[in-house]
Amino acid sequence: MTQAKTYAFPNRNTPSDPVVIDPGVCSGCNMCVHVCVADLFIPNPDKGQPPIILYPEECWYEGSCVEHCPEPGAIELNHPLTQRVRWKRKATGEHFRV
Amino acid sequence: MNWNEYVKHNGVPEWPYPIRYEAESTVETDVLVLGGGIAGCWAAISAARRGVAVVMVEKGATITSGGGGNGCDHWINTPHPDSPITAEEVVEWELEYSGGYTNGISRYIAARESYETLLELEQMGAKIRDTEDEFIRAPFRDEKTKFLFAYDYKNRLHFRVWGSTFKTALYKTCKQLGVNRYDRIMATGLLTADGKIGNRVVGAVGFHTRTGEFFVFRAKAVIDCLSRHQRNWNFSLELKGVPTLRPPTIVGDGHAMAWRAGAEFTMMERSLPTSFGSGSGYPVYGHGNALNTWFPCNMVDAHGKKIPYVDRDGQILETEVERSLPAADQKFLGERTTAYTHKRPELIPDLEARVRNGEFALPLYADLPSMSAPERHAIWGLMVGEEGKTKIPIRNTYSAAGFDPNQDLLQSYMFLGGDPMRGSVRPQERTGGEVGDAGGLLVDWNLMSNLEGLYVAGDAIFAANYHYHAAATGRYAGRKAAEYADKVSRLALSRQQVSQEKARVYAPLNNGQEVEWKELNAAICKVMQNYCGEIKNEELLKIGLIWLDDLKRNEAPRVQVDNPHKLMRTLEVFNILTCCEMIMHASRARKASTPLLGFFRQDYPEIDPPEWQKWVTIRLEAGGVKTATLSLDFWSPMAENYEKHKS
Repeated sequence: MTQAKTYAFPNRNTPSDPVVIDPGVCSGCNMCVHVCVADLFIPNPDKGQPPIILYPEECWYEGSCVEHCPEPGAIELNHPLTQRVRWKRKATGEHFRV
Repeated sequence: MNWNEYVKHNGVPEWPYPIRYEAESTVETDVLVLGGGIAGCWAAISAARRGVAVVMVEKGATITSGGGGNGCDHWINTPHPDSPITAEEVVEWELEYSGGYTNGISRYIAARESYETLLELEQMGAKIRDTEDEFIRAPFRDEKTKFLFAYDYKNRLHFRVWGSTFKTALYKTCKQLGVNRYDRIMATGLLTADGKIGNRVVGAVGFHTRTGEFFVFRAKAVIDCLSRHQRNWNFSLELKGVPTLRPPTIVGDGHAMAWRAGAEFTMMERSLPTSFGSGSGYPVYGHGNALNTWFPCNMVDAHGKKIPYVDRDGQILETEVERSLPAADQKFLGERTTAYTHKRPELIPDLEARVRNGEFALPLYADLPSMSAPERHAIWGLMVGEEGKTKIPIRNTYSAAGFDPNQDLLQSYMFLGGDPMRGSVRPQERTGGEVGDAGGLLVDWNLMSNLEGLYVAGDAIFAANYHYHAAATGRYAGRKAAEYADKVSRLALSRQQVSQEKARVYAPLNNGQEVEWKELNAAICKVMQNYCGEIKNEELLKIGLIWLDDLKRNEAPRVQVDNPHKLMRTLEVFNILTCCEMIMHASRARKASTPLLGFFRQDYPEIDPPEWQKWVTIRLEAGGVKTATLSLDFWSPMAENYEKHKS
């Protein structure tokens, strides 16, 4: 398998993607940048594009960015893999998780 | 878009905000509120309603910031016309469960004023009643007022509320009243008359966390609403997960700057084990349990076998409603207490032993489907949703992933080492107080500190409590500060003090580039775990102070700072270090052990000797750290003092 280009990136901070932004829905209004408690976003230099998640590991996962987003579905919380709680359907015994 | 993806296509972005290091703006006001969380907003509103000019400085964004910014589910300890419980009785049970180590001033003020505070909040547009009749005829609903209650359905002392509406209502009211808000400003230092430690507080300084611009605030009165110390024993951003109860941006900025100005603190030696903030835990209120927000949830084992609830005498309670009623000879149920008098029903206390002998199979589950519809909806629809940090990360996220409270059993991590509600992973992983009762500023009946002109509200006060307490004390401190501001004039600022603080704030910009602020914070925590952990003695505490001083002198100047955001994070860690020094000083001063403060000294092992049942206070003077002691009930008599000072 070949890639177009191989980059020399350091390891990313984890959790690396505390929120997921859908670029097809996000209007680039930067409301999430405005309300974030930890100020982990910066506006995208390209106006109208989704903000950049600069400090992902500072996320507190309280969801202000989701709550105040004017475009439903544009931004969603993405819990760390170590934080995925499980549940069981009572009638069938099937197991699920966040 | 994550940073790596952006960089791959566009290169490293420039800092998006104009850089204005060293530029300085001066703002004058009557009352300066530091912190725009729940206490801060209430203080600002209360002062503004008294007709004085108010400036509020907030490190984040006021619309969302603070430990209660996202809401609250319980408005507790609130006597009201339809409850037989008095404010005196509320503080009595708080004194009982704390063994006397609580704050008779702020707790009494909160108990006296929390109901009118709640009604005032409703006038601002917040939702405090079941106006949509979702819970009609539920046993915890008052049909006349449409109030919902928790924990004790007979005495109705604790309200169930729609707390996610609160901060927006407060924010809008601040705007309507003309409170001059300065968001994204980190307050870094208090200014005192003549620039001298211990003198009247006459303002504060701070910097913009995006541009780096320096701000000088000159005021007649200042209110510290900057919460408490955190991240002193535990810190790992990478492994923290979701479980912290308060934002990690709450670090004790206010404690550190008030300490440097000469403010007196007490209870700073208290600490207790916690797994909040540990990567071993799971999202708070996002796992099966039967505490707080999830009370009185049905719990079952892996085979569906019910885990009984018992009352304070060990009698099994069969029905849901029985769990929320006091015993026959019990006055009322406390919101949380291990003391017998007001003890709430709980899961069988020998559950662990019965799990070990195989009677209950792991994992355990919260069995919402087996509950009555109003109780199930109260837990999952209302409480998990309105509690500060559960609406988006728990209720909405879990629902989107398919969790259905009507048919699914949410797993518990009890006995699996992952339950953040029930103790720590290791005894040295500690907190000053996760849900209240942490050390803080000593206050008088005006909620003023020992420094003239410096008022205190919310979690910054020693032995504070939840959301209701932040609101009620903010409201009280706001009007007291306004009254004071009406009587005094603004004093001149010491240019030398401003310049010194400015130099301190910007110094890290000239740092070396070797250490990330996160590593320094983690190193401080390691020192605290080892030298101020479960077991303390004089030698350990001395080594701890040497270690902290070493970190301050030799490692802090190596922290890498490349923009105003990282300058903020770095200065926060410096404040954390200062708070840790305060904890060490307070720990050295208490020469006895007491489980009531989670405090054990190997060299003074006697538990609660009568001569040490008192407060230890600490403050900084020009000559060094000054420690003293104070009678536990220095605030007595409550009712008389309250009547004398309230306005």
